[in-house]
This record gives sequence, C-alpha cells and structure tokens, in this order.
Amino acid sequence: MRIELVKRKEHSGVMALLSPVIAVGLTLIAAALIFTLTGKDPALGLYKFFIEPLTDTWSLQEIVVKATPLVLIACGLAVCYLSNNWNIGAEGQFVFGAICGSFLPILIPDFANGATLPLMLVFGALGGAAWGLIPALLKTRFNTNEILTSLMLVYVAGLLLDYLVRGPWRDPGGYNFPESLIFSDAATLPVIGDGRMSISAPIAVLVVVVLAVVLAKTLKGFEIRVMGESPRAGSFAGFSSKRLTIFAFALAGALAGLAGTMEVSGSLNQLLPTISPGYGFTAIIVAFLGRLNPIGILIAGFVLALSYIGGEAVQASMGVSDKIASVIQGLLLFFVLACDTFILYRLRFVKSRKSAGVPEVSHV
Amino acid sequence: MSMAGEEHRAAASVRSETGTLLDARGLTKRFGDILANDRVDLAINKGEIHALLGENGAGKSTLVKMFYGSLEPDAGTISWQGKPVSINSPAEARALGIGMVFQHFSLFEALSVVENIALALSDARDMKALARRIEEVSTDYGLPLDPNSIVADLPVGIRQRIEIVRCLLQEPQLIIMDEPTSVLTPQEADRLFLTLQRLASEGCAVLYISHRLEEVQRICHHATILRHGQFVSECDPSKETPASLARMMVGTEVVGVSLGAHQATGGTVRLGLSNLSAKASTPFATELRNINLNVRAGEVIAIAGVAGNGQGELFDAISGEMRVDNDMVRFDDVACGHKGVNWRRRKNAAFVPEERLGHGAVPGLKLSENIVLTRHSTRDGLTGAGFVSTTKAGELEQRIKKNYDVRMSHDDPEARSLSGGNLQKFVVGRELDRKPGVLVVNQPTWGVDAGAAALIRQALIDLAREGSAVLVISQDLDEIFEIADRIAVISRGYLSEPEDAYTMTRERIGLLMAGGAEENAGAA
Amino acid sequence: MFEAVLLTVITAATPLLIAAVGELVVERSGVLNLGVEGMMIMGAVVGFAVANQTGSGSLGVVAAIVAGMAMSALFGFLVLILVTNQVASGLALTILGLGLSGMIGEAFIGVPGLRLPELYIPVLSEIPFVGPVFFQQDALVYVSFLLVGAVSYMLFKTRAGLILRAVGDNHVSAHALGYSVVRVRFMAILFGGACAGLAGAYMSLAYTPQWVENMTAGRGWIALALVVFASWLPFRVVAGAYLFGAVTVLTFHAQAQGLGIPSQFLSSLPYLATIAVLVLISANRRLTLVNTPACLGKPFVPDR
Repeated sequence: MRIELVKRKEHSGVMALLSPVIAVGLTLIAAALIFTLTGKDPALGLYKFFIEPLTDTWSLQEIVVKATPLVLIACGLAVCYLSNNWNIGAEGQFVFGAICGSFLPILIPDFANGATLPLMLVFGALGGAAWGLIPALLKTRFNTNEILTSLMLVYVAGLLLDYLVRGPWRDPGGYNFPESLIFSDAATLPVIGDGRMSISAPIAVLVVVVLAVVLAKTLKGFEIRVMGESPRAGSFAGFSSKRLTIFAFALAGALAGLAGTMEVSGSLNQLLPTISPGYGFTAIIVAFLGRLNPIGILIAGFVLALSYIGGEAVQASMGVSDKIASVIQGLLLFFVLACDTFILYRLRFVKSRKSAGVPEVSHV
Repeated sequence: MSMAGEEHRAAASVRSETGTLLDARGLTKRFGDILANDRVDLAINKGEIHALLGENGAGKSTLVKMFYGSLEPDAGTISWQGKPVSINSPAEARALGIGMVFQHFSLFEALSVVENIALALSDARDMKALARRIEEVSTDYGLPLDPNSIVADLPVGIRQRIEIVRCLLQEPQLIIMDEPTSVLTPQEADRLFLTLQRLASEGCAVLYISHRLEEVQRICHHATILRHGQFVSECDPSKETPASLARMMVGTEVVGVSLGAHQATGGTVRLGLSNLSAKASTPFATELRNINLNVRAGEVIAIAGVAGNGQGELFDAISGEMRVDNDMVRFDDVACGHKGVNWRRRKNAAFVPEERLGHGAVPGLKLSENIVLTRHSTRDGLTGAGFVSTTKAGELEQRIKKNYDVRMSHDDPEARSLSGGNLQKFVVGRELDRKPGVLVVNQPTWGVDAGAAALIRQALIDLAREGSAVLVISQDLDEIFEIADRIAVISRGYLSEPEDAYTMTRERIGLLMAGGAEENAGAA
Repeated sequence: MFEAVLLTVITAATPLLIAAVGELVVERSGVLNLGVEGMMIMGAVVGFAVANQTGSGSLGVVAAIVAGMAMSALFGFLVLILVTNQVASGLALTILGLGLSGMIGEAFIGVPGLRLPELYIPVLSEIPFVGPVFFQQDALVYVSFLLVGAVSYMLFKTRAGLILRAVGDNHVSAHALGYSVVRVRFMAILFGGACAGLAGAYMSLAYTPQWVENMTAGRGWIALALVVFASWLPFRVVAGAYLFGAVTVLTFHAQAQGLGIPSQFLSSLPYLATIAVLVLISANRRLTLVNTPACLGKPFVPDR
C-alpha cells in the first residue's frame, strides 16, 4: 500500500479556499492536545484562548490593535513572497522604521504641531524602506541570498534600538530606566473608540484595499505574480527581476516601518528596548495563512492577533505559559503549508502489484 | 542516401530468427487522466535492432521505462527469455541484463565520468579499477572517454558516450536507446550506428526509439509502431516507404506543407545581425562569436544546429532578453542591441522561445493572462492607465483559439493543462495574431504532435509569403528542409553563411555542425 | 592569557561547527533546512531539562540529539512527503522551536527572575567550569572535529556519500537510476537534526550551563551562512566556524577592555561579519555556480 501525490491539471479553487480553514481546524485540535499535555482542561483552554477574547469589546479592540501591524507587514511580505523575494527581516525593518519615525519627537520635541505626525510616519516608512533595501541591493548587485542578510539585520536593528534607548536617546527625566521620553500629543496617533485602537487600523484597511486592487487588476500586480512563478517568462515579458526585487523590499520595508512608527506613537507612546512581540515573524505566518492575498491577510491577521490575546488570557486565568501562543502560531504555519499542498496535488492510494493483475487504485 | 547507408540497409533487412528475448503483452500505464500506454504488445528477438516508432506523445518513453523498472505497469505482463518477470527497479532491470540510454541523459554534472558510471552499476566499489575498465571498453568500441573529467565540462556528444559505455560495462543483452540521434551531428550518428551494428552482431539486442524514419530504415531489422499509446502494427522497415511508415505512425495521410511561390531573395532586410558577439553569461552557456545574418522580408531562414551550440543565447540576443552592443542587432535598420524586448516588439517583431512552459508562457496563469505577457506594451488595448483589461484579453483568447485550432477542456484554462501541441499552437498563434513584420522562433515544433506541427509550419511559411521576415532555429533537419528558403548552421557560437535550401545537403550541414561553421562564418 | 582566549574561541566555535556540518550534509542532498535555529534551541532546552532532571549530562546530550532529530523529522515529512515550500517550512520549524523551547524552558528555569536581555550573545565571562561540565566540553570539542573528518570521508570516499551528492546534483537522474531520493534526503535531514540538537546541547550544558530563553541568539542562522561560506566543503566549515568564534570572543574582550565602544555595536559584529562574508562569497558567481548543489531547495515529485 502506498500513498502518492499526483499533480492536478489546474489549481483547485475549492482547496484554495478550504485550505486555511482546514489548517485552522487542525491547529485547534493540536492546541487542545497541548492543553491536555500540560495538565489543563482542553475545552476550557480552547474557550479561553479562541472564544472568550471575541466576547468582550475591550479585547476585540485589543485584537484590532495587534492585528494592525500584522496586516500591514504581511501585505508587504505578500508582495515579496509572490515575487520570490524571501524577506525574513520584516522585524528589523519594523524596528528601524520606528527608530526613524521617532527621530522627530525625541530629538526635536518642541516641533509639536499638525505636521509632526505625518512627518513621523513618512520618516518611519522611509527608514523601513531603507533597511529593506540593504538586502535587496545585496541581492541584485552581488547575488547574495536575501534570507540570511535580511535576518542578520534584524539582530542589528534590535541592537541599535537597545543602544539608542539606553544611551543617547534615554529620557533624562526618566529615573535611569532604559526608555525614551514620552511623546507629545502631537506625536501620538489619534485614538478611535474607548480602547487603544487608533487610526492605524483604518490605515491598514486602506492598504489592504489598495494592494488587493493593484495585485488583481494592474500591470504591476501582473508583473509581481508572473515573476514569482516564472522569472524567465517575466524577463520575456520585459520585466526586470532586479527592479522588482528593489520595489518589493522597499515596499515591504516601508509598510513594516510604518507599522513600527504607528506602534510606537500609538500604543507605546515612547521608544523602549523591545517594541515588538515578534510582529515581523508572526506576519510571515499571517502572509501564508492569508494565501498571500490582501483580503485573506486581513482575516489571517485577525486570527493571529487573536492568538496573542488568547495567549495572554490563558496565562492570566489558567497559569499556562504565554509562549503557548508562539507554539500555536508555529503549528498553524505547519498546517497551512501542509494543507496548501492539496491545492496543487491530490492523494492517490496504490496497492503495489506482485504479479500480473490490475491493482486497486482509488483517488482522493 | 549515402553509399554507406545503402550497404547498411542491405545487411539489416533480414529479421534474424534467433529466439525471443523480451515479450511484452498488454502493457498499460496511466498518469492521472492520461492513458500513456494502452494494452501494448512488443516482442524483441535476440541480437536484433528493433525500432519503436511513433510521433511525440505516442507513449514510447513510457513503455521503455517500464522495461527498465523506472515505472510500474498498471496491467500486462513482461517475459524475459521465456520466463515471466516483474521488473520493480532499474537495479533489477540491470541484473536481468537490460540497459538504458536516456534521451535526456541521467548524468550528474558536478561529478566525474567514473563517478557517474559507478552510480549506475549496482556494486562498484573500486574506483581505480573501474576507471581502467572504462578506458578499455570505451576505446574498444570507438567511443573513448577520460574517466576523470567532470561531466559539466563535456560536450553533448561525449556525454552520450558516457551513457552508452555505462550500459556496455554491464554486458547487457538488451540496450534501450531513447531518441539517441536527437543530439548528434550526422557524422556522430553514423559512428553510433556502427557501434549498434557491432552490438547486434555480438548478440546484444537494441530497442531503438525514434521518430526519424530514415534512420530506422537504415539500421533496424524490425519495427513496432505506437500511436496515441496503442500498438498499431509491426513491420520490416526496409520494406516500407517513408510515407507508409509515416501513415502508420500518424494514422492519416500526412499533409506536406506547401511552400508557395518561392520568393527570389531581394526583399528589404528586416532583421540584421552584424558581428554579434557575446560572452557566456554563466560557465555553462555558449559564447556567441561574430555572428552576421540578414533576414529579408518574404523569406524563411532556418538555423540548423545540435542543441547546446548557442541557439538559446542567439535567441536571447535577438529578442532583447540579453543586451549586446547597440549596433550588433538592427530591426528595420535601427540599432537596438541596447533596447529591451518590448521596444523590439513595438517595432513589430515577435518572438517564440524554445520552452513554452516557464518561458513562453506561465504555467499557472490562464491563457488570457498569458496573452498579456507578451502584448501588454504593443498597443493592443490590453492595458490602460496601468490597469489590465480582462475583457480585451478574453477577446484575444477567443480569437487565437479559433484561428489556430487550440483545443482545451474548458474555457480559458491554465496554460499547464494544455497538451504540448495545443500550447505551442497558442504561443505561436499569440504572436502571429499581431501580424508581426519579423518573427523569430526557437524550436517551433519540438515535442508537438504531427497535426499541430504541420499547422505551425504552414503558418510560418504563410507569414513569410505575406511579406514578413521569419527566422527559425531548429534541431529538426526534416522540418528545416520543409520550410526554409535559406539555411545556416550554428556551431559552438559561430554561424555559417546562409545557403540556398535547394542546394544545401544533409552532409554539408553535418560538416558545418562539426566545425565547418567556424570556417564558413558568414560575413552578412 | 592567550590560552584562555583560545579556549573561549573553541567554545564559541564548536556549536557553530557542529550545526554547520550537519546542515552541510542536508544541503548536499539538495534540501535547504532553515530550521537550524529552531532545532538548536530545542536541543538546548531538552538537553538542559533532561540533564537537570536526571543529573546526567550525557543523558541530556542524548536527549538533545533525539529532540533535534524529532524536529527535523517533522520538517522532513513536510518537505519530502507533502512537498511543501522548503523556505517556509524551515521558518515554521524555527518559529515552532523557539516557541516550544520557551514553553518547556519556562517550566525548568532554575533561577527565577534571572533574565538576560534577549538577542544578545550570553555573557561569556561567567562560565563556571564545574567538573563534569568541563569534561563534557572537551569531549564535544573532540567530537566536533571527528564529525568533520567523518562527514568528509563519508561524502567523498564512500558509495553512500557518492549517492548523496548525486541526489543533490540531479534528483531526476538519481530517481531514474533507481535511487530513493526521499530516503536519502530523509536520512540527511535526520543527521542534520541530530547535529543541530547536539550543538544546542553544547550551548546549554557547556558554553553557558544554564537555560536562557532564545539563548542560541541567531547561531543557527550563522551556521547556515557558514555552509555557504565553506562552499559546501567540510574542512572549510572549520575555518569559518573558528573565524566566527574568534570574532565573537574578540567582541567580548573588547567590551571587557572598556574601549569606549558601545557594547551593542560589538555585539552586532558577528551579524555584520556574516553579511560581509556572504557578500564576498556570492559576488564570485563562478564559485557559487560550480559548488552549489544544483538541486538545492527544488521540490521533487517523482513519476511512478
């Protein structure tokens, strides 16, 4: 008896929609298992992790607050992955963008007017784009693998932030804590609702809509899709893979930098040694769960933001380690990848033949 | 046919009654929806050269892979020397005495000759002893090899030797050869035939897969013909005519192409290459050396050449994927070596590359989207203000589908779901639909069924007769003689001076392929 | 003084060397496993936990190896049987490993409240050389060199190594000749996992005998870079690992000297050096093209 993968003639549209759903389902089962293994009630664990956060308006807003950077970063990553640029350094682009965006309020705190916030966001986006351009240029100029270079820069950006916050940018009136001064109101994102949601959320939705249109309907989107699947065909179409690499990394870096600046000026209101619970890496999962499609990413961002809040919830109420969120996120990515296989392939069960005789072949 | 050919033909005409070596009955193999082999019968006698004939897609490769243990039959029996056997792996096939020389070689580029051969032998341990054996056997059969050379450095003709010597070292009783001459010059092919005849006289049978009728008639004792995965007939090829063999292979009267009125050369030069030179972009690419060529309106120029002599690089230099010095390429006398592919398309040029999936078309995209691929900047109305018009793309898809008889299972499918012939018709049709003034095609009918091939070749001729300049690069000499007005040969990056097709012979082409092109490099 | 520096260079280089040699074998077979960091950290936490619970360092090492192999088996199932994207699958392995190790490690942290800052290479200057740990450290260093020698011999002098290189060069041809590409790659992946687990054990049981969350701090990624730097040749990995070990150690000594250079800058040197090295190697196109296993990262689905 043997199981084989058989290539389908065309992508299965049904599986493309079902795959993320099945992946989430399998993750729920795995999560229940983990709860059991740690000696906790699985039903309670699942409820506290996945359901309860959805029942309360405050936690719903918290989910949106966490989903916003995830969605923004993942949109940029989708453009990268669709065009075969493996940007793993979004976390670093997030941090460096936040640094650049905080330049104004920290170094020129008296510049506090209507222009402050827009300028911060612009600097943040530009900073993130610049950090993303480093691996891009190394790839186009020297053919260096972008996975490792973009990743190394994550560590470098983190160290830079740590240095600034403990050193030259430390708040002189902050009792020696490693943190920058608190941003003025002019440098803080306006809030929506009664929780911590800010205008970053609608900005993220706007980015999703624009990207969805670009990818589906424009020549640029066509170029991105072609270059990812068949670079040779893309070159035949007159597209330049080098220019696309620069574009993709710059865009992803800009979105990550924007997300970083908005996180710092919205949620945190200052610069700290750690400003991200791993958004740049979780966004990779968001991108894949959303099948590299902006609308899918919007939903996936929500799901993964839920996992952050759920992790905090089970830690507070059941004493489970909040690292369980990372474990569940990692498992989710595994299941997403596994289920995605069935979009292009089908299972086939074959009994090996010992002698002449028609074997039983059943297709799944 | 040459004198040597006549002698070979006489010797090969009798099927020796030496007893059945391999007897296959009712072999069936299915891949998903495709029935590659449908109850095929085949019997090979000891010491005979047995041809397996059929056009592209008839199921020949699939069938022999079952003899070699690479594939498992879904039904049917195989008997070897009278006893039923089940060949479950290539190692078992080798143990029985069956060897195989693959069409697309099973070689490892980064490894040496002796390492490559060791991998095909089930129990080779002592590399030094093996190296000595390789030298002995290869020289003995007239196919000398240096055991320590790295395969990546070797040209195609030598690589095939490795495959053959690899088989010979196991003292096989049956050697399966899958389209062996597709990568050889005519002279190298002659040398191969001598080797095969020697093997046959020593008692080793050869199963010779080909779609080249002339060769089969020359050297094969017996032939089995497949069509669409089914056994059609068996015969003595020397008693048949090329037409009757072709009819058995294809099933209908094969319509030859009509050349139309042959134009006297004298049309304006639409595409000009002057001293086109380009360094190899990777260690495995071919350098282009001083190529000169003028392609005139109204003519079809064919460039003959065995794979790996610079065809792809030449195509890329002409299409614009590879930039060269500005003056080296001229479209309608405008220097454009620096310009990209879409600039050249706007000058009413069109291009069809060798690889349809992955280069000419994106496998996972729909046909309508694949139209946008090459026509988004040629003022076809496919784009406006950065947006792509799916309606216009759909219109064009319907038109191309109709005009070029592209068959598909449902409307606007993904490119990968089309058969080779249909996809090629689409890719060629996509460009012809623009009525280009210059068309450059690389391997127009490779891997395409006879019906589609005939349609494509006729379309190329018709385009030229309507006044366009057509440049065809092909490895298929039959095709070249069918459609070309003038023929040039590319060899190791050099291009010979084009000669009139009526006076060109296969021998001359063979000589040019073997190095004559460098001496006869055209000077425009 | 020089001896002390050399000793620390060795301890810094050894985990890199072990992890890189394992990944080298995997990549030679044609598979790119980006999950080295995840497997290493799992080896570190499992090794520490088992050693702590059983009191035996050797059992800890064995457990770490098993943990690394288990993680890599999961990866192997995904990329070989389900033919998933190798880059994404490796990342998933790393994310899972980091999360799982954090979870397991939390339960086993010996000293509560002791949280060294993340993303930093752990402070070398406080290694307590306790008896059994010192002994283990030496043994593993010898093991690392033996490993390099054994891998080199296997790859270039044995039939198994020839088959592995062939599979990495052209998996279609290898399959046509009858070799099981999946089996060869799976074995290679398991070996890579074992090495990564062992390297992780070294980190938590010898290098710094304690458990700190994310204590591998990117060493898995540096090991991946080392394989490229070494052009997939085992003995060159030694050179690379020791070069990086030296850079790491130098940054600590520079910090200790109080040269006035910010510690974060010094800490970033290994990462910057990795980038520099990658650029140098890849800038030479001929070198990379000729030495890279031709099928690296390409999915394989055989016709049957």
